[in-house]
Amino acid sequence: MEDLLIRIEKRNDVPTTLYFFTPFIAIILTIIGGGIIFYALGFNPVEALKFYFITPISNLYGFSELLLKATPLCLIAIGLSFCFKSNNWNIGAEGQLTFGAIVGGGVALLFYNQEGFYILPLIIIAGAIGGMIFALIPAILKTYFNTNEILVSLMLVYVSKLILDYLVVGPWSNPEGFNFPETRQFSDSSRMPLLFEGLRIHAGIFIALAAVLVSWFVLYKTYLGFQIKVSGLSLKTAKYAGFKGKTMILIVFMISGACAGLAGVGEITGPIGQLHRMISPDYGFTAIIVAFLGRLNPFGIIFASLVVSLTYLGAETAQIFLQIPQYTGQVFQGMILFFLLASDYLLFFKIKFQNFSKNELRH
Amino acid sequence: MSLDISFIGILIGSIMASSVPLILAASGELITERSGVLNLGVEGMMIIGAISGFALMVITDNLFIAIIGSMLSGVVISLIFGFLTQSLLTNHVATGLALTIFGIGLSAMLGKDFVGIPGKDFPILFSSLRESVPFFGPILFGHSIILYFAFVLPFLTSYFLKKTKLGLIVRAVGDSPVSASNQGINVILVRYCCILYGGGLCGLAGAYLSLIYTPQWIENMTAGRGWIALALVVFATWSPIKVLIGAIIFGGISILQLHMQAVGFRIPVQFLIALPYLMTIIVLVVISRDSRKIKLNTPTSLGRIFYKEK
Repeated sequence: MEDLLIRIEKRNDVPTTLYFFTPFIAIILTIIGGGIIFYALGFNPVEALKFYFITPISNLYGFSELLLKATPLCLIAIGLSFCFKSNNWNIGAEGQLTFGAIVGGGVALLFYNQEGFYILPLIIIAGAIGGMIFALIPAILKTYFNTNEILVSLMLVYVSKLILDYLVVGPWSNPEGFNFPETRQFSDSSRMPLLFEGLRIHAGIFIALAAVLVSWFVLYKTYLGFQIKVSGLSLKTAKYAGFKGKTMILIVFMISGACAGLAGVGEITGPIGQLHRMISPDYGFTAIIVAFLGRLNPFGIIFASLVVSLTYLGAETAQIFLQIPQYTGQVFQGMILFFLLASDYLLFFKIKFQNFSKNELRH
Repeated sequence: MSLDISFIGILIGSIMASSVPLILAASGELITERSGVLNLGVEGMMIIGAISGFALMVITDNLFIAIIGSMLSGVVISLIFGFLTQSLLTNHVATGLALTIFGIGLSAMLGKDFVGIPGKDFPILFSSLRESVPFFGPILFGHSIILYFAFVLPFLTSYFLKKTKLGLIVRAVGDSPVSASNQGINVILVRYCCILYGGGLCGLAGAYLSLIYTPQWIENMTAGRGWIALALVVFATWSPIKVLIGAIIFGGISILQLHMQAVGFRIPVQFLIALPYLMTIIVLVVISRDSRKIKLNTPTSLGRIFYKEK
């Protein structure tokens, strides 16, 4: 105790500028960390990082891919921000995405040989409802049985993936598909309209942008948003203020599930066009990183979804040019979250270097 | 399906083998959670252990070094989690998820030159007895030393938690970090130790997969076993002996579904694979409804950040 020169104090007021600045620090540290890993694997780090972060978006097609992958990430993260802001740890968005895709995909398969303007809206609504229902399971168990939502939502990810697996190999598999684990191709009316000829970016991006605007409005301009924020800051205060905690938990989970479900139908009616086992490269988990990196702020999440989308694209490019496994994307994603969480320390705690008298330390 | 007695013996033996990684990882995570720390990085730590063990086996040609190295690598990777959650007070859930995502990615990068290399035979004990003793032979004999260790570990863990002073300290830290701290216990240090211990066992669980169970390196070869181990700790309501029982049930389901697939059984295999997750949710609901039951073993401060004003 005698030589303690550094003192750590909890900050009561976190400076807003610093709060939105630390994600950039995390990104820079991740790039440096990535360079070190590339160097350790025997690559020229500058060149490897160029392949990773610049090559993928140096043409129009790449830019469209960036937006394509950012769309589901942004949507899911927007939904998660409602949960996380109110201290509800829904980490099963991947399962809600999958279940939304199952319900939406079921509707699409119903109309596989029909065309009509009404089909796509039906699929989208079905997907949102599917995700919402699936998110209600951990929410109801939490509110009425006091179970831990982290564990329940996580377990359900695997359940929904197994349901999808059962459907695509079993009852929903394509009768003309030579037993491949996939459904029929959806009809043209079931597909998201493409925005540009030859690029994969589709109308789903407008759903994501609408979600951003609506969530901004709800979070910052409505009573519900106020309740959510207060519950996140202090549950005791929320109870004291007489907020109906249970209803709010159900609502945030439903919003979050609906967003994940929308992301799911966006994928299957957009780039994929059918149901199979691999409809999502863990977007539901990665979106948790996006939500954190975007500071649970709707506009921050747009930015964060683009950054994290780039880690997916970079991994694909690095696989082609450097012959390293596509999993490198996850190394970058993990590092971003590590550095972000670590830099939060600077935010919530003040480190004081000071001269002290021994008496001061005693208490 | 031929249900003769020797087949059942072999079946039980293979169920035991498949439950080993679950027992090891869950026993480690159990100690971590009993100290009040929720580490969702089990899958990440396991896969790092799997590639480290396999890579060391290929490089040094020494299985002992490979096993020790896999445990050390689990310890090192869990140190990241420990440093972040204990020293920098980060959120346990987010940090654990980051650890899993990072671990899966890093293992694939480290393992890119080890794909397709055949594994090595791991020495098994009492192999002659396995053949000569009817029925009990394949159950009791002819396993690796890791399997025997795994089946003793829950009893040791139970003894540690219930009967030793250190075990009492771990439980105190998990149940009431503030009063433990007031008693002069260094909460952060205890939690660090429990996190590293969990990391070491997860590393070993991974090495069991890549060196013994399916001796080779495949990307993402833990295939969700880390998440099942996490579920198992909850399923067992944080009791070491129940971890053993649960691991045999979960391991049994994974073996059974293979056999049922083979004989064309009518229940969809996906339902069987989903059973561990569904059973865990049911157990969670049952124990959470009754607050007395959950108080029995559940570490009260699980997942909460402990911060001591310095």
